[in-house]
Amino acid sequence: MQTPLSKKDRMKIPRQPMPEQDPDVRNKNFLEVNLGYTEELAVLEAQRCLQCPKPFCVDGCPVGVQIKDFISLVAEGKIAEAAAKIKEDNVLPAVCGRVCPQEEQCEIKCVVGNKNEPVAIGRLERFVADYEREKLGMRLPVCKPKTGKKVAIVGSGPAGLSCAADCIQAGHGVTVFEALHEIGGVLLYGIPEFRLPKDIVKVEVQALEELGVEFRTNAVIGFTDSIDELLTVEGYDAVFIAVGAGLPYFMNIPGENLNGVYSANEFLTRVNLMKAYDFPNHDTPVFDCKGKSVAIFGGGNTAMDAVRTSKRLGAKNAYIVYRRSEIEMPARAEEVHHAKQEGIEFQLLTNPIEFVGTEEGWLTGVKLLKMELGEPDASGRRKPIPIKDSEFILPIDMAVIAIGNGSNPIIQKTTPGLEFNKWGNIVVNSETMLTSREGVFAGGDIVTGGATVILAMGAGRKAAKAINEYLFNKE
Amino acid sequence: MNKIIESKFLAKDVKRFVIEAPKIAAKRKPGQFVIVRSNSKGERIPLTIADSDLEKGTITIIVQGIGKSTKEINSFNSGDFFHDVVGPLGQPSHLENFGTAVSIGGGVGAAIAYPTAVGLKQAGNHTISIVGARTKDLVILEEEMRANVDEVYITTDDGSYGFHGFVTQQLQKLIDDGRKIDFVLAIGPIPMMRAIAETTRPYNIKTVVSLNPIMVDGTGMCGGCRATVDNKTVFVCVDGPEFDAHKVDFDLLIKRNKTYTQSEKTAVEHFHQCHYDKVFDLAISENKS
Ligand SMILES: Cc1cc2nc3c(=O)[nH]c(=O)nc-3n(C[C@H](O)[C@H](O)[C@H](O)COP(=O)(O)OP(=O)(O)OC[C@H]3O[C@@H](n4cnc5c(N)ncnc54)[C@H](O)[C@@H]3O)c2cc1C
Ligand code: FES
Repeated sequence: MQTPLSKKDRMKIPRQPMPEQDPDVRNKNFLEVNLGYTEELAVLEAQRCLQCPKPFCVDGCPVGVQIKDFISLVAEGKIAEAAAKIKEDNVLPAVCGRVCPQEEQCEIKCVVGNKNEPVAIGRLERFVADYEREKLGMRLPVCKPKTGKKVAIVGSGPAGLSCAADCIQAGHGVTVFEALHEIGGVLLYGIPEFRLPKDIVKVEVQALEELGVEFRTNAVIGFTDSIDELLTVEGYDAVFIAVGAGLPYFMNIPGENLNGVYSANEFLTRVNLMKAYDFPNHDTPVFDCKGKSVAIFGGGNTAMDAVRTSKRLGAKNAYIVYRRSEIEMPARAEEVHHAKQEGIEFQLLTNPIEFVGTEEGWLTGVKLLKMELGEPDASGRRKPIPIKDSEFILPIDMAVIAIGNGSNPIIQKTTPGLEFNKWGNIVVNSETMLTSREGVFAGGDIVTGGATVILAMGAGRKAAKAINEYLFNKE
Repeated sequence: MNKIIESKFLAKDVKRFVIEAPKIAAKRKPGQFVIVRSNSKGERIPLTIADSDLEKGTITIIVQGIGKSTKEINSFNSGDFFHDVVGPLGQPSHLENFGTAVSIGGGVGAAIAYPTAVGLKQAGNHTISIVGARTKDLVILEEEMRANVDEVYITTDDGSYGFHGFVTQQLQKLIDDGRKIDFVLAIGPIPMMRAIAETTRPYNIKTVVSLNPIMVDGTGMCGGCRATVDNKTVFVCVDGPEFDAHKVDFDLLIKRNKTYTQSEKTAVEHFHQCHYDKVFDLAISENKS
């Protein structure tokens, strides 16, 4: 056995960069940008961890992954054991390693980061999960004996999938109902292939199928069956509602219905779920971006995904238009960095006031107003204030609005007795995720409003725990 | 996967399919629609549910082959499968006893208007149907209409059958004849629906149209189906598809429906090319054997 490195030696190892596709190559393809650590890189990076007696990083993780322990296993080259350790708390590590905002969760708490750059926890999580999937094959957990109880899960995003995983292992029958024709929620139709390859999601779904989870696509709960029918006619003992946010906000400015103006949901669904990048081999078209100027409005992950997608579809000029400055952008730091490398132009402190177009209804430009930052607002971020007489027109052929999602009202309209707040989010007990209806639980974006994959996953697991207790006590 | 139980051309390029979909058959109400995909690479196409059979667990849809996807669907026969069928989507028609209700269907719109016409009859209305087509061969569902509504008027643009003229002229005639009309439902090409709206506006007759924008999910998630009604943006898939005809911005709908005209041409060419390649491959392999 090697002698363990001293703290000083560990601090000397620089943060290992993530191998990635060259920006000028990748902005023309849909393959994954990040290529992942090799085993050598991963072990080296893991050795940077100081193995703090009191690991602050764990406090930063919304689901409490035992970061220190799994990294220590990686440093010892025990990757299979590291994978098992992560899976104790996180059922979708290959996904979270790729899309979690680590820089504001675990890595910001890393003590190494006080002096040097923090340990690359996300990259290590991703390495371990990929290693397990590719080299060891999916190892299915053992399910408890059948209880004879049935759980209906509505929505197949991260909240629904993680709840399904825990409920099937507890021995219940589990059916997942999904409105679209494929499973995965935002992981599938929202986040693009170049950031989260769809095969990773498919492997997770297959594993659940092998455990016995039944997936019913093309089932819009509220229309095809109501929540009440699931509980009565269909005989489910409990329901978990995880339908996501799913109602695109528009800006309510003139010209928003011109041809070429999309919601991010529509643009990304056409490209990701319907594979419009492969038109006409796939039937669904999307705006032909080749050689065109496009602007995406917003500063979150969705905006970054949309703008980088448009670049890959051939856009000549691809702009981010955001009304605050870069530090206020909610997107993951890595996405902003990658976007810049790929030639995305940032129009910061700018706000759209009108879309302009031709007689025939085609978008030709957007009228923008320059902003400056004032006092902090309710969100704690400095509020943008318009600068007088700063209007100008940016010529664009396509616009994508990525300013967030509200709650889709279908469940609210069709489920009597279910309590919602004024924003249309389902009201739950934050410990048990129980709603105002007996046997009905909810979690993910439909409860929190648009949030993160890890929070949705954590909510799914909390709900599963409460569902298992509820069903254990139910006659 | 949903199996096609029965298929039949009603007119050139207009085909009726009876498909297995027990859940939807049990749930659907007049005015609602389904979204179908013909194959694993297919577009999501919204189609009105024209009829259903609860016992057999089937629904009926009527498809006009215009673009690549609908043409491909119309090459399907009984025994074939739709890759996906989801529904019932949208708000059901508002059915009540208005008094005298006229349902107007232009082209394949006759099929879409049919279930609501029957519903209006069941709600106690005196029902009148105007079925319009370019020419006699394109008149569809005449028999079904005659069996289920009180009065049926056929119009053809070329005068080859029924009244020589447009559905608007037939409606105007009824109004001029002093018939008291309390409610009009119009479904068909957008210019036709707009013309009906203008015909009834001066008389303040409550008029409803069923809109057909481009859709993706059909559940209010994407906003691609947005239209302007009463100066407000609506999502047709969840707020509609039926709206007050006197408040719809038809110009906008026409413009938005042209978003993919160019792509549609490419798709059709691609479809024919693939089709041609297949036939060609077949010919070669047959020659070889
Ligand atoms: C483009 C984009 C990029 C993002 N990037 C990141 C990122 O980098 N990192 C991160 O942490 N988070 C990111 N997010 C946010 C994250 O994806 C969401 O917070 C998370 O997916 C929410 O999970 P969920 O399970 O609650 O819902 P969703 O993933 O939204 O899944 C809900 C599912 O329910 C289905 N559904 C809806 N209504 C019904 C119904 N009535 N019946 C049946 N099914 C229904 C929907 O079709 C959908 O499949 C991103 C979001 C978007 C849109
Ligand atoms: S079709 Fe997507 S919102 Fe209506």
